[in-house]
Amino acid sequence: MSRPLQARRLEGIDKNIWVEFVKLAATYSKVNLGQGFPDFPAPDFLTEALTRALGGGNHMLHQYTRAFGHPALVKVLAQFFEKLLGRDLDPMTNVMVTVGAYQALFCCFQALVDEGDEVIIIEPFFDCYEPMVKMAGGTPVFVPLRPVFSREELGLIAELCVKHDVLCISDEVYEWLVYDGKQHIRIASLQGMWDRTVIVGSAGKTFSATGWKVGWVVGPDRLLQHLRTVHQNSVYHCATIAQEAVAQGFQRELTLYGKPESYFVQLPKELQQKRDWLVQSLDDLGMKPIIPEGTYFLVADISPFKSDVPDAPDSDEPYDYRFTKWMVKNKGLAAIPLSAFYSEAHKNNYTNFIRFCFAKVR
Amino acid sequence: MPFRHKNTRRIEGLDSNVWVEFTKVAADPSIVNLGQGLPDISPPSYVKEELAKVAAVDRLNQYTRGFGHPSLVKALSQVYEKVCGRKIDPLTDVLVTVGAYGSLFSTIQALVEEGDEVIIIEPFYDCYEPMVKMAGAKPVFIPLRCKNDGNTASSADWVLDPAELANKFNSKTKAIILNTPHNPIGKVFTREELQVIADLCIKHDTLCISDEVYEWLVYKGNKHIKIAMLPGMWERTVTIGSAGKTYSVTGWKLGWSIGPEHLIKHLQVVHQNTLYTCPTPLQEALAQAFWIDYKRMDDPDCYFYSLSRELESKRDRMAQLLKEAGLKPVIPDGGYFMIVDVSTLNVDLSDIDEKQPYDYKFVKWMIASKKLSAIPLSAFCGPETKKQFEKYIRFCFIK
Repeated sequence: MSRPLQARRLEGIDKNIWVEFVKLAATYSKVNLGQGFPDFPAPDFLTEALTRALGGGNHMLHQYTRAFGHPALVKVLAQFFEKLLGRDLDPMTNVMVTVGAYQALFCCFQALVDEGDEVIIIEPFFDCYEPMVKMAGGTPVFVPLRPVFSREELGLIAELCVKHDVLCISDEVYEWLVYDGKQHIRIASLQGMWDRTVIVGSAGKTFSATGWKVGWVVGPDRLLQHLRTVHQNSVYHCATIAQEAVAQGFQRELTLYGKPESYFVQLPKELQQKRDWLVQSLDDLGMKPIIPEGTYFLVADISPFKSDVPDAPDSDEPYDYRFTKWMVKNKGLAAIPLSAFYSEAHKNNYTNFIRFCFAKVR
Repeated sequence: MPFRHKNTRRIEGLDSNVWVEFTKVAADPSIVNLGQGLPDISPPSYVKEELAKVAAVDRLNQYTRGFGHPSLVKALSQVYEKVCGRKIDPLTDVLVTVGAYGSLFSTIQALVEEGDEVIIIEPFYDCYEPMVKMAGAKPVFIPLRCKNDGNTASSADWVLDPAELANKFNSKTKAIILNTPHNPIGKVFTREELQVIADLCIKHDTLCISDEVYEWLVYKGNKHIKIAMLPGMWERTVTIGSAGKTYSVTGWKLGWSIGPEHLIKHLQVVHQNTLYTCPTPLQEALAQAFWIDYKRMDDPDCYFYSLSRELESKRDRMAQLLKEAGLKPVIPDGGYFMIVDVSTLNVDLSDIDEKQPYDYKFVKWMIASKKLSAIPLSAFCGPETKKQFEKYIRFCFIK
């Protein structure tokens, strides 16, 4: 074939950090704090919901359900988010279920980003944002985070979105993992933002079951209608039985909302302890951890280790990549280089940091 | 400032969908729904049991390998090595996707773009056209035509005209989408028919996207042949399969693409940028089910063969009932759909909305007056052939 086999939309998006680092961790690590998934079990009430659904004798749970989301799940998600956002939500038009938050993001970009559009990405970023924007023909514009990120900054983002009539794709998968009594603020609840925001959520992160790949979007119909079009022309349906079990998980949380037995209260409490333990351990090792207010990741400054792993200006690999490879091969400890989460243009400014995941039992 | 955000160009005109209209109607429990293709028979018990076992294993609730859970891609490569008689590498030649639907999407997004033409055989599974359009390419339609002037009794009577087909190929033709066994007609393409398509693919250096989700559902006297096995075709074909259709678990939404590394690698790039991984527990359970049937692939009790025996009698029963009602069914050689010529009934549909094709009006009348639903065939063709297909409706018999 004289022209290339593959479509142009794949240009520049074939590389992926996980391919290399997951293999390294699998080969060498004794303690894997790299990839972001819990190594503790999903809560019993969730796996029991799946078992109940399977044992219930309703074999139609093994067949297609409603394409835009299993009715039981979209209904309870709408109820939940009505409470959180303080507005009425229609489960049929303001909620859509996706194959993980990953596919929700894909639908957002494919539905709303055209060739020639610019999309602002805050650095460091979950690595898929950049290739997804590019695959949609958009141009990513990178803005680095400074150490402090507060409510005032969310308000500033909101003002700019309204002023320039810009959409906001808000990835809130870690919405329940917030520590030290801090509050997760949903940008969609700020003035002028509901109508221009798509909120992305994840059962994998909410219920510590990343392998179930159930996610969702919540937003106004005038935006979600376009995501539905992408969804119906790409995967169409999501797995029924996983949605049924997640729906039951949410039902339980709805009845326990705000109470101490709520998983959304217990999980952050448990993870805060693990965070504090990891911070202490890294301090003792001589690294300089940055204490996170949320999620189950933390970033540590590795520049004190330049004596063990010296700089190599001639190397084509950034310092943090070389450090993490040395660390996993020699110390059996896996982490991810932070510069992987920066754009090509800014990578070199952030090569002294590595990322650890602390959703781990040890 | 007024809100300027609308849909992107790639999805312009792709929002409507035949299912949205007809599944809503058929959701009424008093209606016998023979429209949408989903089984209401139970999946085999061992399939459900495997999933129940998996639910108890902690690590199976977390992410697995993006391109396919290791035990599943291994099982798939073994099963298909046996079927195809060639080596299939589980890591490079197989991609697990969200249903066959997801495989079609990954294949088209990976290999088709603006400037390309893609040949689609009518009638077609309805997603082919919008997926080709979403990739920016031009669908080029070619209809199956009935050999004996409409007096057809079998899906084998519906054929492609080789000269007409050859005319559809040109230097822009990037791919042809083949569906065998065929939905909705139930045609099982013969080796000779596949050879005609293969010859053209090789001559014009065109890819073949072969949707074989109903590969196990072939009835007596017929054999499913994989076009990828014809000489010169493995290197230019992506073959798509479905757990939903293989094991009667459409709600598991697992499918796969199998092909040469130099094609599959591009599908993997799409996959890693769209949803990355498929659900782990379902993949593990499916792998275990495949191992059970792999071990008995030489045994008639293997589900791959027992399901088609079960469906053959359902097919015959439905054909009988339709004939007794004065209708002319086209007996399918494969798949679980049957198309029926309803014009013979001469039902007066003049009071229903004129703008719709005859079969749409007929189905709406049938739902209202006979409490029975089916799908109008013109939903599965391009604009130029609607007249040819509007006297047919499609029934599903995996019920």
